[in-house]
Amino acid sequence: MNTLSDALRQNVPNSAQTPARAPAPAPALTPISATLNVAADFPILARPVHGRRLAYLDNGATTQKPEAVIDAEARFYRESNANIHRGVHWLSQHATDLYEAARGTVQRFINAPRADEIVFTRGTTEAINLVAYSWGRAELRPGDEILITTMEHHSNIVPWQLLCDHTGAVLKVVPISDAGELDLAAFDALLTLRTRLVAITHISNALGTIIPVAALTASAHAVGAIVLVDGAQAVAHQKVDVQALGCDFYAFSGHKLYGPTGIGVLWGRAELLAAMPPWQGGGDMIRTVSFERTTYADAPQRFEAGTPNIAGTIGLAAAIDYVSAIGIERIAAHEHALLVHATAALAAIPGIRLIGTAAHKAGILSFMVESIHPHDLGTILDAEGVAIRAGHHCAMPLMTRFGIPGTARASLAMYNDETDIAALVAAIYKAQDLFGTRRPAA
Amino acid sequence: MSNIDSNLRELYQEVIFDHNRKPRNFHPMPDADHHADGHNPLCGDQLTVYLRIENDVVADASFVGHGCAISTASASLMTEAIKGKPVAEAEALFHNFHAMLTDAPTDSEDGPDMGKLAVFAGVREFPARVKCATLAWHTLHNAIIGAKAPARTE
Repeated sequence: MNTLSDALRQNVPNSAQTPARAPAPAPALTPISATLNVAADFPILARPVHGRRLAYLDNGATTQKPEAVIDAEARFYRESNANIHRGVHWLSQHATDLYEAARGTVQRFINAPRADEIVFTRGTTEAINLVAYSWGRAELRPGDEILITTMEHHSNIVPWQLLCDHTGAVLKVVPISDAGELDLAAFDALLTLRTRLVAITHISNALGTIIPVAALTASAHAVGAIVLVDGAQAVAHQKVDVQALGCDFYAFSGHKLYGPTGIGVLWGRAELLAAMPPWQGGGDMIRTVSFERTTYADAPQRFEAGTPNIAGTIGLAAAIDYVSAIGIERIAAHEHALLVHATAALAAIPGIRLIGTAAHKAGILSFMVESIHPHDLGTILDAEGVAIRAGHHCAMPLMTRFGIPGTARASLAMYNDETDIAALVAAIYKAQDLFGTRRPAA
Repeated sequence: MSNIDSNLRELYQEVIFDHNRKPRNFHPMPDADHHADGHNPLCGDQLTVYLRIENDVVADASFVGHGCAISTASASLMTEAIKGKPVAEAEALFHNFHAMLTDAPTDSEDGPDMGKLAVFAGVREFPARVKCATLAWHTLHNAIIGAKAPARTE
């Protein structure tokens, strides 16, 4: 436990504020849970599953929502609901103010230079598709190349395949090592003057690998390529500063950031957005419409056709406020300490194999248990109240790379602690007992 | 024992572990006259079912592939159950098997005798796993009717 406390002392400033709601007093606090104890802010975590305490370790799929987010959405519908933009009545103006204020909250959170560089989307997937349809169809020519990596989520593969089918551009894939780290030499070799776009994940959803985005971006810019970053697994777990990263597009979802589903963000450089054609037509994205000729609004409205998910933006802003009040660095330190603890705890189980052992990792643990299929494991863990994900994690090419049908994945969030990891470990032993494959610890 | 614990024991009975560890009739069949593939890409479960049918009777049945314990044991027990049965009876067994997993439980006395296959009755309590138990049977059905597309249950 010394190493954990040491890590925490280094990473957590003494001035770190306690969360808005005081946590319930807990007996015998251990170092990790003593540093950050916010589970009481998340009502669903108090709900037993199968009569057992819920150990929610499926945060890579979606995070739970704090009361502050649930309240903000409900309060919007109770007190502020109206359609935004062009309304002359008070409520419409009020709703518009809240909607645009949410844009400002997102801008500050990722340190974007301008609020009008923030485009609201349904999520990461729609944000990436927006770039593929708008920027990609206008810019790419046959023979142009798009560079991705083996560890991309399907949402950062398939939109580019569709774009290549449409334009004649070519998709290139950077391989990874057995540990799940990007092959940087291969990246350099595949990056050429033909490369127009590098589309990379910030943190691998299946392996937890943290990608050195800033360095890769510098290389990409040197050959004139632009860089899109899939930040779905990153924004809730480490400080994201788009200016420090230097990238050109950054996409993320609200629901993996303790916010609502159905709301997400595309950040894009103002000059890129200004040159991009619309991709969906409708209300809100136009300046003038006539049957002869329609002119389009400036970004971000140009890319926000139709009534957006207004309440979702309010909930997302509330989530960002909640995360910011706790401190993203403090959350990152807590999750890192828990990752170190969980990695050691899992590695101590005979018959377990961790998939994804990069030196720089976020709180995602993918693993295989000898002779137990991930789906059987998922069912047995669920019976113990332990919620994990089992399968290919929308990264089939990555599973093929490792020669496996899928993995079991435990993914951490700020409200997890050693109790959740202990429940996970105990449930894995129970699965091994049931399958008759438990072996004594070495 | 809590409800979920007893459900889990109903699902994972020793017979299922036994057939998962040592699947029966687990080999390709060079002289098969019927075969079909089954694939659940979301799960990754994949198998091929081989049959030799003589005079409308399943003279031999085998399979190869990989999947979870439920799907492997289901394929293994299926090949045992249909060997030597008239094709029509094998198809009826598929119908009854499917009903056992998806229909509301009735008094067991009234239901058809499922023999060893009754161990899969516990799958009913785990709706997400029904597709695992039925993949082999859908593949069998495709093999019998000579369907070209792979069977899938997800």
